[in-house]
Amino acid sequence: MIDAEALIAELPRLRRYGRALLGDVARADDLVQDTIERALRKAAHWQGGNLRAWLLTLMHNVFVNQVRRNDALRGASEADAVELAMRDASSDGLGLRDLDRAMQTLSADHREILLLVGLENLRYEEIAGVLDVPIGTVMSRLSRARTQLKAQLDGSPARPALTRVK
Amino acid sequence: MMMKQPDSALLHAFADGQLEAAEHTDVAQWLTSHPEAAAEVAAWQAQSAAMHAAYDPMLDDAVPPHLLAAAHGGRAAAAGSRWGMAAAIGWLAIGLVGGFIAGRNTDTAPTTTAQIPLARQAAVAHAVYAPEVRHPVEVGADQRDHLLGWLSKRLGHPIVAPALEALGYQLVGGRLLSGPAGPGALLMYEDASGERLTLFVGADTDESATAFRFAEHDKVNVFYWVDAGYGYALSGTLPREQLLTVATAVYRALNP
Repeated sequence: MIDAEALIAELPRLRRYGRALLGDVARADDLVQDTIERALRKAAHWQGGNLRAWLLTLMHNVFVNQVRRNDALRGASEADAVELAMRDASSDGLGLRDLDRAMQTLSADHREILLLVGLENLRYEEIAGVLDVPIGTVMSRLSRARTQLKAQLDGSPARPALTRVK
Repeated sequence: MMMKQPDSALLHAFADGQLEAAEHTDVAQWLTSHPEAAAEVAAWQAQSAAMHAAYDPMLDDAVPPHLLAAAHGGRAAAAGSRWGMAAAIGWLAIGLVGGFIAGRNTDTAPTTTAQIPLARQAAVAHAVYAPEVRHPVEVGADQRDHLLGWLSKRLGHPIVAPALEALGYQLVGGRLLSGPAGPGALLMYEDASGERLTLFVGADTDESATAFRFAEHDKVNVFYWVDAGYGYALSGTLPREQLLTVATAVYRALNP
């Protein structure tokens, strides 16, 4: 059984992840809501353990099934650009907007792996479970994603990001 | 003993702090004599740090009510301690990003108030009473207890006047109105510049509106939500983002 309070405690992190993944707060919240609903439906299947990793697994599945198929390529809303601009203005010039923009140019696979490693700090084995891929794939994907992000941040997209166009 | 050249996976694992202590030490030592690899590892770590810097502010944003409700199995907000924790976690900061936490309908055109009787009523009441100079309210804030007791009795539901001083708004007073489904309570607030906001409360069983919804009616902006059988509509001519900041504070005050 999943405690609603335990679930609520994860909401800010799920929203952060969704926002970084989708580049848009409203769509992130839709993804989080679908994830929560799925978690409650599947609560009986939860074996205990790392709730966060389990929720991220569900979120990944929802993302793959729905969002990515439909409109993952839609850019961030204007509102988000304003939001990030405001945060930029109050930061110490780390170019946060640039990072977000660079992230959104990457393929969804690459964004996910970078976020699961760099933001969620999951262990590689856990990530293999979340994404349901072999650990070798986790490592090779991570390596490629970091190279892509670096190229984007350096402003030298010598190798264009592998954006999915459907 | 100097280790042989670590493979890429080992370097990533090092960068991410996923090695056992002994192995970590070995790689760290190897990197001291391989500056190019060390720079690459540092760049990877900088990427992760930049992600935290860019996205961690989201952690302090208010979690929209509809997500909190979803975590409770989709039920509308219920009174009690369950919401205490939600409040503690979800409402730590009411940030600049107010306009972006409204949830599902932020991308869509504003709802017209015609679709939401109580929001429409609230917008109309605001338009009628907010400009009123001499008699904006029936009972003033100087008789706060009497006002709230009277409205609570007439609505058959405890009416609370949220404290909004932190946002610069003082309670002016309130009045009894007719709502779409029985009596309604209108509380008026005012800031130092004379900007007025009104909070309309009335019975409403539209369970689909547990999220904040936004509507506008003749230049009056309204944030509207339903909580435990009662609809709440905060109206004002403030820009949407600022109004949402106040609506968030109202919601928090009503669900301590």
